[in-house]
Parts: sequence; structure tokens; C-alpha cells
Amino acid sequence: MKDGLALQLKGITKRFGPVVANNNVDMELRYGEILAVLGENGSGKTTLMNMISGIYYPDEGQIFVNGEEVEIRSPKDAFDHKIGMIHQHFKLVDLFTATENIILGIDDGKKYSLADAEKNVRDITERYGFEIDPKKKIYNMAVSEKQTVEILKVLYRGADILILDEPTAVLTPQETDKLFAVLRRMREDGKSIIIITHKLHEVMSISDRVAVLRRGEHIATVETASTTEAALTEMMVGKKVSLNIDRSEPFGSEERLEVRGVNCVSADGVKLLDDISFTARGGEILGIAGIAGSGQRELLEAIAGLQPLESGEILYHNPQNEQIEDLRNKTPQQIRDLGVRLSFVPEDRLGMGLVGNMDIIDNMMLRSYRRGAGVFVDRKKPRDLAETIINDLQVSTPSASTPVRRLSGGNVQKVLVGREIASSPTVLMAAYPVRGLDINSSFTIYRLLNDQKRNGVAVVFVGEDLDVLLELCDRILVLCGGKISDIVDGRKATKEQLGLLMTKVRGAEADTEKEVTTEA
Amino acid sequence: MKNDNNERLTEEETAISETPSSEPVVAKKEKVGFLPRIHLTKRDGVSYFEAILVRALAILAALIVCAIMTVLVTHDNPLSIYATIFKGAFGKGRGFVTLHEIAILLGVSLAVTPAFRMRFWNIGAEGQTLIGGLATALVMLQFHDKVNVYALAVMMLVAGLFAGAVWGVIPAVFKAQWNTNETLFTLMMNYVAIQLVEYFLKIADKSGSNVVGPRLLGDGLPNLFGVQYLFNIVVIAFLTVLLYIYLRYSKHGYEISVVGESENTARYIGINVKKVVIRTMILSGALCGLAGFLIVGGASHSINKDIVGGRGFTAIMVSWLAKFNPLMMVLTTLLLVFMARGADEVSTMFGLNKSFSDIITGIILFFIIGCEFFIRYRVHFDRPSAQGKEEN
Repeated sequence: MKDGLALQLKGITKRFGPVVANNNVDMELRYGEILAVLGENGSGKTTLMNMISGIYYPDEGQIFVNGEEVEIRSPKDAFDHKIGMIHQHFKLVDLFTATENIILGIDDGKKYSLADAEKNVRDITERYGFEIDPKKKIYNMAVSEKQTVEILKVLYRGADILILDEPTAVLTPQETDKLFAVLRRMREDGKSIIIITHKLHEVMSISDRVAVLRRGEHIATVETASTTEAALTEMMVGKKVSLNIDRSEPFGSEERLEVRGVNCVSADGVKLLDDISFTARGGEILGIAGIAGSGQRELLEAIAGLQPLESGEILYHNPQNEQIEDLRNKTPQQIRDLGVRLSFVPEDRLGMGLVGNMDIIDNMMLRSYRRGAGVFVDRKKPRDLAETIINDLQVSTPSASTPVRRLSGGNVQKVLVGREIASSPTVLMAAYPVRGLDINSSFTIYRLLNDQKRNGVAVVFVGEDLDVLLELCDRILVLCGGKISDIVDGRKATKEQLGLLMTKVRGAEADTEKEVTTEA
Repeated sequence: MKNDNNERLTEEETAISETPSSEPVVAKKEKVGFLPRIHLTKRDGVSYFEAILVRALAILAALIVCAIMTVLVTHDNPLSIYATIFKGAFGKGRGFVTLHEIAILLGVSLAVTPAFRMRFWNIGAEGQTLIGGLATALVMLQFHDKVNVYALAVMMLVAGLFAGAVWGVIPAVFKAQWNTNETLFTLMMNYVAIQLVEYFLKIADKSGSNVVGPRLLGDGLPNLFGVQYLFNIVVIAFLTVLLYIYLRYSKHGYEISVVGESENTARYIGINVKKVVIRTMILSGALCGLAGFLIVGGASHSINKDIVGGRGFTAIMVSWLAKFNPLMMVLTTLLLVFMARGADEVSTMFGLNKSFSDIITGIILFFIIGCEFFIRYRVHFDRPSAQGKEEN
């Protein structure tokens, strides 16, 4: 292996208006190594990588490739220096095949030949052990395959330095293992790889060294072999944060929400929910696990009255009058008129749960604006609520009249969860409530959910991080392709067990993971 | 942007969140040059004062360019051009006419605003206003010599409101039920309204005139306090305040904003989106009908296909420039009407044709719309030293 550095950053600084995204960052990438970049949300990881790949241009500092100072002003410049980035959000043409997407935009002066290109793609896939059909169309592909195409795109252009931005966020544990195997093969081939991830165990398993960023500054780069998860977490957050999520025993076990044989079909006739039955009890947290797009969203929206059902019942046991109400095919307004106190933290925070352009006060009003007889809205109470939430949940915002789209992800989520909890629900559904949040904000959310559990609320928690699901939930319902694979005890289940349940339905063949498409 | 080789444009996202929310825009690799590089940075949170300042400068610049244009065409001196423009708008005997012009344009602009706040692109204000005017004229034709003037006024008003509302609600129902494109639909409704007016002219006046006036329609609404147009001006003034309150403080207004910002959010909190769309378009159409009623009943006492005169389209710009805020619209209409009438005066004085007024309006809009760019982006030049370092 060559000595020296594939890539070196010296004193990189990038500002966005008053916000310093990266401050005087030094970083080194050796030949043939996998470097993990670790940091909380907003620590400047993606911004830094975007400067290496030519999307942003640094305000200050120098970038060296192979020991020579370079100026990277566009993604094309980056490719000229054999740097390629695989973004979190795929940029593929759905109607094209894998090969067509890979060669799209290449202008190497040679005659266009799809057959030659396909051969080259096959060479690369064989060399590194990708599993992909070059002739498959993108719209037929699962998320992991699309990601493979993105990686191939970069390799095809001859990149020696690969940057992957949270590649495992969309993968199942099994798919992640496959990806890591490929990455290791690339490393043996002499490629230098930077991988951004939030997941510590992945850092430990894949990387040679870890660079930790905190608030835009480079804290340290350490050898993975000589560090621990606890030490990395400490570097990342600046102080020791307990990774243990409190979990109390369930409080009472009154049946609160009963879902019976629910079926649901999309406009195109695709089955979204297939015979779903379960019961959510007061005073417990029911987790829902599954690969993205396995029916989690549809299930919650069906309960909330946003998704019409084909068949089945959704029964609410009202604790006040002991009556049982069927929520099936009722609108959210009708559900509320029945006296059902159902709160819902949707996955799409700014597109559904909140209105980005409105301020915190007006967003508080979403749930309560109908109150009172007159034709005018009352902004007094929402203003008080906004102030209370800002204080209690430590929302960092210039004021209550700041548009919520200006807030960072964690603060947006605090506003949303705060509002949903304020209406003292009896059922609280939360879809991916900690997605994109840093550790501190995540723990605030866990605490809030636990408080609700203690108050006897039936909490339904849709999560993606299996560690969190296993530490937080009393029971975990695993969805796969719109079906329930199993409902397991959160205290006894193992991660591998969940991973397997996510990719296959009880008793079904093990290789269904390829059929699990993600329409979401 | 002539020196494309030397300038570079880099859009930067001022996002607090980490994920880039939009496609990065990166200029093509440029040749090394000596001119400074221009960077555009998205601003986040411009202070109120700064925004006002930029807009004021834009208006000033517009006035200067308008004057230069006028001087080039008329060879008069700039100061007297301004005097002529002012005289055209607010000269002796002109004040109420100009105020009335402002009121009518403002009325139509107010009418389209609820729909626009809902992101329902109603470009059919022209037709909705015209059909309101036609309904008013029909009532006048039938009843002006049969009932007393107050009863007649009420009947005219109801007819105008109703006709406008119908014209507004048809595209809304289609949009709500079958998700048709409201822009095309409302646009086409304009032509239907024009044809209906033509048809009315044919049957109401057998002489073949292309306008039906007071001879057949009567004198319409009486003048308030004996002042011509005062009634219309007062009505629009009230309407401006009422609409501001409705949009800002009422439950309906809040629902309109939520539906406009995010239909998903509206569904999520249980707003009946279809109901809000239909209700708001009834309001929008009815207010257009009100403007038609004021034009026919309170001013021209006549009808032809040109009574709205493109205000239905100008209103879109007025509303947009004022960021859909009724109070701000008073200023935008004032500016547009003032300059248009001033330009008319200049063209009359120097024997220019109608296009001159359009040119002046165009220049003003160019500056006002253009200045929004500088409110949203900050432009700065690379210091020569920094440039040298970068190209090292």
C-alpha cells in the first residue's frame, strides 16, 4: 500500500451567514483505509463532505489530494481528482436501467455503447462483490439496490476516494453487513473510504479510524481498535451521556386501542396493510419495527383517520365512559368529536405535523383553533402553550413567533411532540420521533414518551433504530411487507431476531428481502 | 451577466439543518480572470427595516428610469415630466378619478387574495368581475324604472355577488372533486364571461351598439354625499380592513393559510380541504362580483366587454407584490395607478400612444419584482487578496 495521504484537509472553515458550519477543520485520509466521520446532527459532517465533493466551496483552508493542493469547485472537479460522493438521497432516473443511470452524463469522448458499458459495470460488480442486475430498471429496485447503483456510478467514474453519507440509514442489518463486506473489498483494492454514520456499533465494525466532529470542529481522530463506544460518545457529545434508556414496568394494562383484521390497499391496488391485528394497552409503549415502507405509515394513518380501510375494525376503548368506539373510516375531526383523545406525531414533521412557514404560536393553534364559539381565533392560549413548551423542553428559538422551518430538526420535533402531548392524550402515536435528532434531543423525546406511559397513555412508537426499540419498548410489533411478522417482548427479544423478522414473515422463505420494496 | 467567464455564481444554502435541502448550483469551471467574483448568498431573516429600504430604493430607481425613458421620448426636462405625471394623477379634478381607479383595482386584488393565500391560482378574476357587472346590468335593465333606488341597489348588489360567486365556485368544485387544473379552468371561464356579455349587448340593444349605457340601464347607484365615486371608494376601504381581519384573525382565515401551506397538514388536523377550497372560492368570486357591481352600478352605468380592462390580471401582480397582505395592497395599487395615469397624461400631452403607459408600468414592475431578489440574496464580491490565494 502506498504511503502518504490520499486526502488532507487543512484549516477548513465554512460559514452560512452567522452560522459557522465548519471551523478550522483538519482531517487526513490515508490510502486504503476506511475513515468513519462521527458527530451529532448539526456537527458539520455533511457540510465538510460537501466541500470535498465540490458542492460547497470552503471560505478558508486548503484541500490536498495525493499531497498536492487542489481547488474543488464543482462535483466535476471532484471527479477529476477521483473523489466521488454517495449522497443520502439518491439521484437516479427511475425509468432507466442500472447501467443507463451509471453512464448518464459521462463524456469520455468514446463512442456510446451500452453493451460495452454493461460489460464494464459487470466487471466492477464482480470485482467488489455487488449483487446487481445491470439491466434492471430503477423503479423495480429495492432501496439497497438503488444505493448499489449510486456506488457503482462513482466507481465507474474511477473514483479512488469514496464518501458515503449515512449509507446504512436505509438498510436492514443484513443489507448493512453486505455493504460492509463490499467496502472492505474496496479497501483491499486500495480505495480510500469516508463513511458518515450515527451508529456507533457500525463505526466499530467497519472503520480503521474515526474522526469525531462536534459543533463544526474536529475533536480528534482515533484508531478504532484502541477506542470504545463510550469514549467515542463522550468525544461526540462532549460529556458522558448514559446510553441506557429508562424503562419502567407497564402501568396497568387496560386495553385502549384494538386493531382487528385491518386491510388496506393503495390507489394502484397494491396491498399496503395485510390483516393487521393487535392491541395497544394503556401504560405501555408498543414499538413498531420494520424496514422503511413496510406499512408503518399507513397503519398509523389508518388509526388517525387519514387512510381509508378496505376491511377491518379499529376499536377505541374510552376510559371515561367505558364505551367502545369504532374509528374505522372516520375523519380526524369525527374521531375527535367522539371524545377520542388521540395524538399523532407523524413522520413528516414539517409537511404534515406542522406548517413550516407559520410561527410556533400558530402551529400550536393547529390542534386548538376551533375552540370557542366566535368566528375569530384565540391566540392567547396558544401563545401561553408555546412559551410553556419552549421553556419546559428547552426549545432553542429566537422567539415564539419564529417560523418553525427556521428551527433545527430537534427543536422542530420538540415543538411537535410538545403540542401533541399538551392535549393530554390517551393514545399517543409517534412515527420516527427521533429521526435526525442528536442524542440529547432524542433522550428528551424518550423521556416524554416514558412520562406519557407513566400517565397511563397507550404509546405507539414507530422506530428504526433497533437498539432504541429494544431499550424503550415493552412490546415490539414487527412489520414486513404490510404484514405482522410477530409481536415480541421488548425485554427478551434480540436484535438479530428483530432483523430477521423485519425481512421475512413468520414461516415464509428467508430470501424475501429482495421482494420488500419501499414505495414510501 | 456578460462577463460569464469571470463571474461565478455559487448558491449557498443557509440551512441550520444539516441535509442540503436543494440541489446545489455550481457554476461551470471558469477561466481565470481579473474581474472580481460575485457570490450570491441566500439571506436568512432580513430585518424589516432593510427590506423596506431595498424596496424604497427600487421604487426610486424605477422613477428615475421612467423619467429617463420619458425624457428620451419627449425631450422635455425631467422635473417637468414628474410634474406632468403628478398632474395626471392628482391634478385638478383628477383626485377622485385616480382614487376611484385605485379603489377598483384594489377591490379586484382583494378579491383574488383569499384564493391565492390558499395557493389556488385563480386567474379568472377578469371573468368573475365581468359576470358580476353583467348581472348588475341585467337587474338595472329590468328594474331601474320599476322599484325605488334603494331596493334596486340591494338587488344589484345581490345579483353581482351571486354571479361572481357562481363563476368562482365552478372551477373550485371541479378542482375539489376531480382535481382539475384551476389555472386553466378559471382562465377559460373568462372567455365564457366575455361571450355572455357580447350576447347580452346583442339582445339588449338592437341598434348593434357595442356598449349598453344609461339610456337602457338607468342611473344606477346615487352618489354618496353628492360626490361622484365616493360610494365605491368607501366600500373598498371598508372591504380592505374587513378582509385583513378575516384573513389574519378569523378561523376561516387560519384554515385558508393552513390549506395553502400544506394540504397534508390540513388533512392531518381534520380540516375539510374540499370545503375550504369551495368556500374560499365562493368568497373570492363574490368579491370579484362586488367589484363588477361597483364598476357598473357605481361608476360607468354601462356595460361592455372591456369594463374590467385587464384589472383581473393586474390584480394578480398587486396581490402578489403585497405578499397577499390587504393593507400592503393599498400601496402597490397606489403606485401602479399613479404611474399609469401619469403616463397617460404624458402621452396625451406629447401625442404618444397608449403603449407608453404600458412601458412605464412595465419598468415599475421590473424594479419592484427585481428587488425581491436582493431581499432574498446577498451579493458580495471577493476581495482581490482572497482571490489570489484561491487561485494559487
